[in-house]
Amino acid sequence: MIHKLVTDAAAAVADITDGSTLMLGGFGLCGIPENCIQAILEKGTTNLTCISNNAGVDDFGIGLLLQQKRVKKMISSYVGENEEFERQLLSGELEVELIPQGTLAFRCMAAGYGMPAIFTPAGVGTEVAVGKESRIFDGKEYLLETAFNADFAIVKAWKGDTDGNLIFKSTARNFNPLMAMAGKITIAEVEELVEPGILDPDQIHTPGIYVHRIFEGKNYEKRIEKRTTSK
Amino acid sequence: MLDKEGIAKRIAKEVKNNTYVNLGIGIPTLVANYLHEGINVCFQSENGLLGVGPFPKEYAVDPDTINAGKQTITALPGASSFDSAMSFGMIHSKKIDLTILGAMEVSENGDIANWKIPGKMVKGMGGAMDLVASAKHIIVAMQHVNKAGESKLLAKCDLPLTGKNCVKRIVTELAVIDIAPEGGFVLIERAPGVSIEQIKNATAGKLLISGDIPEMAL
Repeated sequence: MIHKLVTDAAAAVADITDGSTLMLGGFGLCGIPENCIQAILEKGTTNLTCISNNAGVDDFGIGLLLQQKRVKKMISSYVGENEEFERQLLSGELEVELIPQGTLAFRCMAAGYGMPAIFTPAGVGTEVAVGKESRIFDGKEYLLETAFNADFAIVKAWKGDTDGNLIFKSTARNFNPLMAMAGKITIAEVEELVEPGILDPDQIHTPGIYVHRIFEGKNYEKRIEKRTTSK
Repeated sequence: MLDKEGIAKRIAKEVKNNTYVNLGIGIPTLVANYLHEGINVCFQSENGLLGVGPFPKEYAVDPDTINAGKQTITALPGASSFDSAMSFGMIHSKKIDLTILGAMEVSENGDIANWKIPGKMVKGMGGAMDLVASAKHIIVAMQHVNKAGESKLLAKCDLPLTGKNCVKRIVTELAVIDIAPEGGFVLIERAPGVSIEQIKNATAGKLLISGDIPEMAL
């Protein structure tokens, strides 16, 4: 099979240059590629465009990159949990494109399926629709939304094998499999890396063809944003 | 006048048996606590779970299992998890029977605004624009007036819209109100102890009142 294994996060992100466009998987802090974010931070890469549903919190996730002003532009759907983000946005330091969450998912999906665009009713009649082409189907209006074009997709999976096959866990799946399909180069960090043949082919969420680099991550913190329990 | 729990309790009466329901953050989340006996509902969380269960016991907290409000949750027997495209696929293909969400403003033609206050607050729309564009039935749970005492039920929304002509019903601490097909807030029920005069004073948009307006049964 095709060789995908890299030694660690630093090796996986080594060729990400200043000004790159990155897709980063995760919803809130759930299922984010912690190791790669740390490696990009340490490497000093800057001027990034990040496509990610959220922007982390002030001191974790993409929030770490924002703190050091490494991000030029964010494309997200919800950023409410991050004060530094809101400050940079309102002061105009950070360029931000806020788009509906479904549109974010579908624009990743379109890229992964080789489709140039999709139509969605989300955002019709709102400022999201400004400047966009729209069409009526069966009497309902839809916006034309184009596929994303990202240099790198960086995803986090629960299990993976050295052929790049990935399995996600629970709601940590979210945008990860969509982004994995959509990157020109896809980097997957996994909690548990196994040899080919261990994972059941029927249980694979992302076939290895979409994954270019894979490694087993270390020291996952998996920080919880809102720990809610019942008695 | 109702408190937040009261609003949730009243909305719970709107939830029909054997339906798929999406609950927004805030008061809508509380609705799950007040479902009537024998009402079988499957809750969807748009980050990728059908069959959302109660909050976990302390020992069962799983950072990989959260709801759209980023709270730790459990998955019920029969639950399924999926990616975000499939999640919004089931929303846009109208598999979700009811969406309950909060709002900063609603207009008398059913427009809703709940994601941005220009120059002050920008949280983003999350999944709200998708949900209001495609849900079969949309109920808004909110306070009748904002913190400054101004009505949130307006002739026209001042804030940037989340969706147009989509809200069907509004439940506030004062009243249950429907959006008339031709526009206007139709008063359906009064909250316990609330007068029509109070509701009139708190509603900036056109309030339509016909006949006797019953008090809510909770």
